[in-house]
Amino acid sequence: MEVKMDLVSEDKINSMGSMEKLRFVLDGVKSGNIVVLEGGLTSEEQMKLIELTMTEVNEDFPGIEMNGYPTKRGFLNLRRKTRLTVIGPANTMHTIKKDNDLISAIISAI
Amino acid sequence: MYKRIFWSEEMKPKKRGKGILSRLLMAFFFRRKTPKIGIYGPPNAGKTTLANRIIHTFVDENEDVGAASDMPHETRRAVRRSGIMIDLKSKSVQSPDPNHGSDPEPKVKERKERAKGKLKLDVVDTPGLATKIDFHDFMAYGLEEEEAKRRAKEATEGVIEAIKWLDDIDGVVLLMDATEDPYTQTNVIIIGNMEARGTPIIIAANKVDLADAAPERIMNAFPQHPVIPISALKGENMERLYEEMARRFR
Repeated sequence: MEVKMDLVSEDKINSMGSMEKLRFVLDGVKSGNIVVLEGGLTSEEQMKLIELTMTEVNEDFPGIEMNGYPTKRGFLNLRRKTRLTVIGPANTMHTIKKDNDLISAIISAI
Repeated sequence: MYKRIFWSEEMKPKKRGKGILSRLLMAFFFRRKTPKIGIYGPPNAGKTTLANRIIHTFVDENEDVGAASDMPHETRRAVRRSGIMIDLKSKSVQSPDPNHGSDPEPKVKERKERAKGKLKLDVVDTPGLATKIDFHDFMAYGLEEEEAKRRAKEATEGVIEAIKWLDDIDGVVLLMDATEDPYTQTNVIIIGNMEARGTPIIIAANKVDLADAAPERIMNAFPQHPVIPISALKGENMERLYEEMARRFR
C-alpha cells in the first residue's frame, strides 16, 4: 500500500487562517497522508492541533504523530521563527529520533 | 516672641495598630492571587505521584489528589487542590542532594534563605498530554475492549481539559521521565506555549531512583529552563524542587 505525502509551501500556509490551517492539516492526516509544512506551525498552533485531534480520535483514528524543528529566535529574541513541521497518522508514522536539526521517522502503510 | 517647643518622646502621637476595617479594606483591594501551578507532562511521567507527594509533605499525609498507577491516562480529569502552603522553614531536609558533594547542609540553608521560605499556591494535577490515544494500548493492560474504548474516550477528554487549563495557570512544573528521551514533540510544545505566554516553568526530571535515569539528557535538551532531578515516588531531592517553586512562582 502506498502512502501519500503533501508538501505544503510556506506561502500556502500563510495564506490560511489559523483554524483553516489546522483543519487542512487534520483532514489530510485523517485521509492517511503525511503532511509536511514548510515554515511549520507555532507551539500554540500545535497545541490547538492536539486539541482538535482529540475531538476526532476514534477506533479508526488513534491520533497524530507530529514532529518539527524547534523555533528559532529572531532579533533580540523578540520574534520566533517557526520551521518545518511534519504531521502524520499515529498508526502510520513513527518517530525514531529527533533533535534540533534532524527528524528520523518510519512511515509504514497500515 | 517665639516659644521654643521641645518635642519629647511623650508628645509623639502614639502609633496605633491598623484597625480591622483598614486591614480588611487593604486585603480586599490589594489581595494577592494565589498562584495556580499546573503539573504537566506526558502520560506516566509521575504527575499524580508528585501532586500526592506535595500534599503529603505540606498538607496531610493521608490525603491524595488522585490514584497513581502504571497504566497510562490514569488521571483523566484535572484535579485542583487549593491553598497549599509551601513552608520550607517548617520542613527539615528530607534527602541529601547528590549534586552538592558530601556536605549539603550549608548550601541547602543558603538556598532556603534565597527562597524566602513560604508560598501559598494551588496545585493542579492534569491528565497526561498526548497526540495519540489508542484503545488497544489499554487492552495490553488487561482491560476488556469496551472498557478500553471507554477509557480511551475519557483520556481524549482529559487531554483537552489539560490544554484548556493552560489559560488559567500561573506556573508550570513540567514533569519528564528521566529514563526516556526528553526531546518529544509534546514536551517541546508545552515549553513553547509557556514561553510564548511568559509563564514560569520548572522542569522536574522524575524517576532518578531508577538505574537508567539520565537527568543530564533533559538538562542538555532544555538548557534555558531550570531542571531539578527528583524521585517523586521515593521523595528524593524534593526539597530542591520546593525551593525552586517558592522562588519562581512567588
